Amino acid sequence: MRRDIFQAIADPTRRAILALLAIHAMTPNALAEHFNTSRQAVSKHIQILAECEAVTQKQNGREIYYHVNAHKMKEVDKWLDTFRKIWEDRFDQLDDVLKDL
Amino acid sequence: MTNKTEILKDLTNRKLNVTRAFSAPVEKVWRAWTEAEQLDKWWAPRPWKTITKTMDFTPGGFWLYCMAGPNGEKAWCRVDFHTIEAVKSFTATATFCDENGNVDKSFPAMHWDNRFQSAATGAEVVISISFDNDADLEKIVQMGFEQGFSMGLSNLDELLTEQA
Repeated sequence: MRRDIFQAIADPTRRAILALLAIHAMTPNALAEHFNTSRQAVSKHIQILAECEAVTQKQNGREIYYHVNAHKMKEVDKWLDTFRKIWEDRFDQLDDVLKDL
Repeated sequence: MTNKTEILKDLTNRKLNVTRAFSAPVEKVWRAWTEAEQLDKWWAPRPWKTITKTMDFTPGGFWLYCMAGPNGEKAWCRVDFHTIEAVKSFTATATFCDENGNVDKSFPAMHWDNRFQSAATGAEVVISISFDNDADLEKIVQMGFEQGFSMGLSNLDELLTEQA
């Protein structure tokens, strides 16, 4: 199954996980404590985030810590740039229309 | 001098807010947004063209148009108007459809809340774009990529033709 960064942010729980990880790296157990859902549900979300490459894992002793992959998250901004470009072009054309109205 | 387009993303609430000032009175800006003849001149990013089939700018009415690409591609769209407060605001839902206006439900709907006001420079428009659910945002984002990408390529084509 194809995974991309937009699947990562499409779910509210995953957005919450990303928001938590943006503050600092966390273990799956520490993350799960922030949610009312089961640990299993949280680990499923983490797994999807990892498949989307939104998070990366690092071994520290016996613990695995998850980090936000800032590089990958920039794809969202890239999309927004495209969105911005479409609207900017549109508005520049609207400026011309307004001159003649 | 061109006016800056500001975009605020609010992914948690599945919303995007677009703000832009125009050097024209608010009445003119309103006309450009609500009359088919004017919309056809600017709505589609070049080299795409907007071609209106029908326009009924009343609450419950809709605008049916197609975006025509430089290679003969056509994308039909409809915008259903809900509330209209003349020269101030209107709300609408934008969808993809066929040439008869039958909505294609496999594409997500985009809701607009467009507000127009007088500003120091002339007028300011604030567009609040929202989406129904999380799956929609994902799809819209993907569509934006593809659309933006193909439009970018078309623009490049145009540029290259001009330089040749």
